[in-house]
This record gives sequence, C-alpha cells and structure tokens, in this order.
Amino acid sequence: MARRRRPKLAVWKFSSCDGCQLSLLDCEDELLAVAGEVEIAYFLEATRATAAGPFDLSLVEGSITTPHDAHRIHHVRKVSKRLITIGACATAGGIQALRNFHNVEQFISVVYARPDYIETLRTSTPIAEHVPVDFELRGCPVNKHQLLEVISALLNGRSPNTPPHSVCMECKLRGAACVMVARGVPCLGPVTQAGCGAICPAYGRGCYGCFGPKETPNTRSLAGWWQRLDVDERDLVRAFRGFNAYAEPFKRESEAHEGP
Amino acid sequence: MKDPKTRTIKVDALARVEGEGAMLVRVRNGTVSEVQLNIYEPPRFFEAFLRGRSFREAPDITSRICGICPIAYQMSACRAMEDALGVTVDGQLRALRRLIYCGEWIESHALHIYMLHAPDFLGYAGAVERARDHREIVERALQLKKIGNDIIDVVGGRAVHPINLRIGGFYRVPSRAELRSLADRLEWARDAAHETVRWTAGFDFPDFESDYEFVAMRHPDEYPITDGRIVSDKGLDIAVRDFNTEFEELQVPHSTALHARVRGRGSYFCGPLARYNLNFDRLSPLARQAARDAGLGPTCRNPFQSIVVRSVELLYACEEALRLIYQYEVPDQPAVALEPRAAVGHGCTEAPRGILYHRYEVDADGTIVSAQIVPPTAQNQATVEDDLRRFVAARLDLPTEELTWRCEQAIRNYDPCISCATHFLDLRIEREDGP
Repeated sequence: MARRRRPKLAVWKFSSCDGCQLSLLDCEDELLAVAGEVEIAYFLEATRATAAGPFDLSLVEGSITTPHDAHRIHHVRKVSKRLITIGACATAGGIQALRNFHNVEQFISVVYARPDYIETLRTSTPIAEHVPVDFELRGCPVNKHQLLEVISALLNGRSPNTPPHSVCMECKLRGAACVMVARGVPCLGPVTQAGCGAICPAYGRGCYGCFGPKETPNTRSLAGWWQRLDVDERDLVRAFRGFNAYAEPFKRESEAHEGP
Repeated sequence: MKDPKTRTIKVDALARVEGEGAMLVRVRNGTVSEVQLNIYEPPRFFEAFLRGRSFREAPDITSRICGICPIAYQMSACRAMEDALGVTVDGQLRALRRLIYCGEWIESHALHIYMLHAPDFLGYAGAVERARDHREIVERALQLKKIGNDIIDVVGGRAVHPINLRIGGFYRVPSRAELRSLADRLEWARDAAHETVRWTAGFDFPDFESDYEFVAMRHPDEYPITDGRIVSDKGLDIAVRDFNTEFEELQVPHSTALHARVRGRGSYFCGPLARYNLNFDRLSPLARQAARDAGLGPTCRNPFQSIVVRSVELLYACEEALRLIYQYEVPDQPAVALEPRAAVGHGCTEAPRGILYHRYEVDADGTIVSAQIVPPTAQNQATVEDDLRRFVAARLDLPTEELTWRCEQAIRNYDPCISCATHFLDLRIEREDGP
C-alpha cells in the first residue's frame, strides 16, 4: 500500500529566548505523536540531522534585528509552503523592540566596550514586516496547546481556532474574580488577547500583556481606569511598553503617556 | 587534486544546543592555530533597556533572556533586588523558591541529558530519531522533563516564563494539596533519575581531563541553589557582592557574549561539574551513593562525564523536591512587604548551567539606574575554547566527519545556552594539513 508522504516541518530561530520553540519540546505527551505525523526536517535545537527544503510548514521564532537576519528570513520564506510566526518576538518584535524607542548606539555602548564589533539594526521588527506570513501565533511564550492546534489546523487545511477576544473572557470562563474591580489591581486583561488561560488574574496579579493587543482594544479607556487607581504616567508607559511594546495599539498608547 | 597541506572541514550548524553560534577550529602544520566559539546571537540589550524600568519589573523582564532557565533569571533578579532593599525571604517562602528551582533543574537537565547530549554517545542525530529504536527511553525522558515542568506550572503558573514569582516572594502560594498532587509522579521520577545515572554511567568517555578552576556556590548546609558564597577549588571564597572584585568581563571580536575570567588567573568552569566537585558533601546520601556506583569520585575533571554528574543532580533535584513538598506548610503571607530605597544589590543563584550573577543600582523611587547580568554560558566560553584546542590537537588523525562530531560533543558537555549568553552555533574546522 502506498504510504502518504509525511509533511515536512521546519523550526527557525531569529532573535529570541528559545522559549517558544521549547514549547514544542514541552509537548511531552504529544511530541512522539507529532513526530509520527510530520517529518521534523529542520529543528536544530532537537537534532543535527537536517533535510533539504522545501518545507510544508515552517515555524518561525524571533524578531529581525540584524542585516544578516533581514536577509535570511527571505530564504526561509522561499523554502516554506506555509510560514507561521510563533511568539511575541516574531509577531511584535519582542522585548528587544524596546530599542525602537531609544537610540540604539547608546544601547550598544551600555553593554559593550567595543561597539564597532557589534552589527545590529536600529529596530527589532516582527517577521510580517519583512515577508508574508500565513498565521501569527501570539504569546510570550506561546501556549503549547494553541501551538498544536495551529500545526494541526494548517496541516489539515483549516483555519486555526485561536480566539481574538480578551483575557477578560478567559477570566470569566475560569471563574476568577476580577482583580481590578475586586481589589483595585491594575490589569491589562481588557485589552490583551486571550490564550494564556488568564493565569495572572487567577494568581492574584494583573495581566501584563504577554499575548499582545486583542482585536479592537480600547487602550485609552483602560488607561483612564488605571489613572483612577493612581497609576502615574510613567508606569502607564512601562505597562504598555512590555513584551509587545511595538504592536501598534500598545505603541500608540505608551507614546500618549510619554512626557514632552 | 587537493593539496593535502590545506584542508578545510566545515559544518554549517551545531545542533542540540539552546541557541545559535559558530565554532571555528583552524589547523596549520599539525597544530591547532586558532579556536573560536563564535557567538553571533543578535544582542538584545537587556542591560540597556532595564535602565528606567521599575525594580519590580526586573524578574519578569530578565526571565525573557532565556526560555529554558527563566526561573534562574527571576530568582537572581529577586535576590539582587532584595539585597538592595535589605529584605530577607526565608521559611516556607524560601522553600517554595527552592522547590520551583528544583523543577527547573529537572526540566533542563532531563532535556539536556536525554535529548541534547546522549545522542552523541549513542550515535544518533537526535532523540526523535532514537525514539524509533528505543521508544521507552525517550518516553522516560519526556516524563522526567514533564514532572519538572509540572512543578514550575503548579508553583509558578506556567512552565515557560512563569508569572508567580516576585520580589519578596510570590503572588499566590499553593495549597498543600496542590503540591502533594505532584508527589506520586516525583517518586517515580526519583527512581527514573536513579536509572538515568546508571544508564549514562555505561557510556564511553574519552580520556580527557584538565586542570580547570571550578567555580560554584557553597551553602553552609545545602547543595547550593538559591544562595551561598561563591567559591572555587583554587582558593576563591567570596560573598556574592564581591563578584566584580574577583571576576572581570572582556569583549572579544568573535562573540556578542562577553567572556568572563577570574582576575589575575583566567578562564574558569561553572555548571554541574563545578557544583558537584565543590559540594559533593552536600548531596543527599542517595545521590552520593549513586555517584559512587557510577564510578565517580568526589571530584570529576572529565567534562565528557558531565552527563553523569548532571544525572546525579537530576536525582538530587527529584529527592529534594519531594522533601520540600512533604515538609510544606502554607506560609501566612505570600510575600514580604517592601519599600524602594536608593541602593545597589547583588544576587547570584545556581542556574542549571552554572552561576548566574545580577547586579542592580536602583534610585529612591525604585527606578533601575544600572543593571549587570553575567550568565553561565558566557562564563564558560573561554573554557570551551581551551577544551577544543586540546581535544583537537590530540585527535588530528581522526577522519574529518568523526572529529567534527566529537568537537560538537565537547561543546555540548557544557550544555551551552547561547540565548543566555546573548545565539547560532555553526561549527567549522579548517584544516590546512592532515588527513
């Protein structure tokens, strides 16, 4: 009997912490099943065996921060039938996009004595600013169940089911009390996309925005509520300027609270 | 025909390390002329953008340096800030921190032993390939890793970048029942870890030892994890706050990670082997016995055997996690109260790969004025290069392909985490002579 050709999966890394691709290895109960369904053709963190492209599905972690990477991502796109970006670095530039709000030469001189050895771009940018992307999976880190859902959906030719609504919905589904209403704890939940399972409110702290802006977020209104909790302008800038600082709605809101 | 005097051996990517870098070994006229661990992970400038952030944000921000050992970053940041504010976290809160850190050791060590390093000893490209022949061993690996992640999940909220740690303690402390729910599987994991020690002890190790300076933490009565003094086998014994007096960081052109060395002496070795050599007497009786049965003495100078030592630590971490769970009482408060003040604070903890030092200067309202972070892989860079120089020099007669794989293995002895050090490991041996 003719055996169906297993789709080829590749995992690529750009500027990041490795946590999102680790989430694939963290699927301890599912990893061998996944490895049975797809050919893990390029995944340097897991194996030194690499197969040549083209690849049916590429997972891309990390943001673009060097001239070399700005070039390399075009190669990745060229050898990939479908390309999914995973995590806040790949979808929004990550925490390292904080450089986008500063002078990068200054940054280099803070960390390195010989800035001339360092080759870096002025900005950290999401993958979609460089090449077309088939699907963006949010999170810092991604949720491994959502990651499996996206892989499975794309391999089966359907749309992934990853809700674009806010963390508030997950909080209600979980039966957690609203930390902001009940205890006056500032929370980014109302403007942040669901996906984590509302862990922070469930642990008694405010959401800090790992999954980036939800669809049509009203950040201005939320900032007003924070001000009523005595949060000052500087802390508002810090709150919106986190792991998804360069995502447009968060970027705009942080800039609105910056002094002249 | 190619001139036998000029030969270039090239491997485009070193796999099974956390992150990306390049290795260059150049051989000229029968001697190794140049060795570079070339880390070209794009710099992410954490130390720069921490300036102007709130001291409370340091644990969550620095955890994003590394997805494999986020607890280490959160804990070193917490310790440094608590040092700055003059706050002590002890009792059950300290025990909970040690417990979640054990979870990270278990998760990270199981990943490295089984999935990243063991394939070198067994001749497989990776663990998934090995699963075709030895599915039960790979499943054991995955279950061990899972229990480590589950500890982090229960105590920290999620396995990667947990959300529950903060300066002064936690946002919410777990109930006894929540921790007890982990116990049965941890009992299994302790036995599986013991089996791991026996399994790795049976591997073939090249004869390779060196006069390293081992550097690790040392605590009066525990195997070191969250605190202690920094000591070495060459007489160093300092408080964490004296780190910069005894160590220095240098920039080299071929790496975006700074090289560290002991002032006046040079390269040193941190990580499981160093911890073990300096703290053998602090291991549990079972872990010590397992080490002896595996043929290890109280000191081991062969970095290839680090896989056995890592397994001994895996066993210890499972036992210690169980002990902490059984003695757990819910603390009255999830965190110690704190007020910002202008000060400088230092923190050092034992990340799975070795000592991780943080230093912060904060102003009166808690804004970070300056930050310094020294990760273990950066500290080991120079020692990795020393090892490769000596390793290759004694094995120039090996066929190219085999020598290259052996060099990769020698690098993986250190479980290098290049995301931490700054990320791409590309390995290249250039031969201008030889076979």
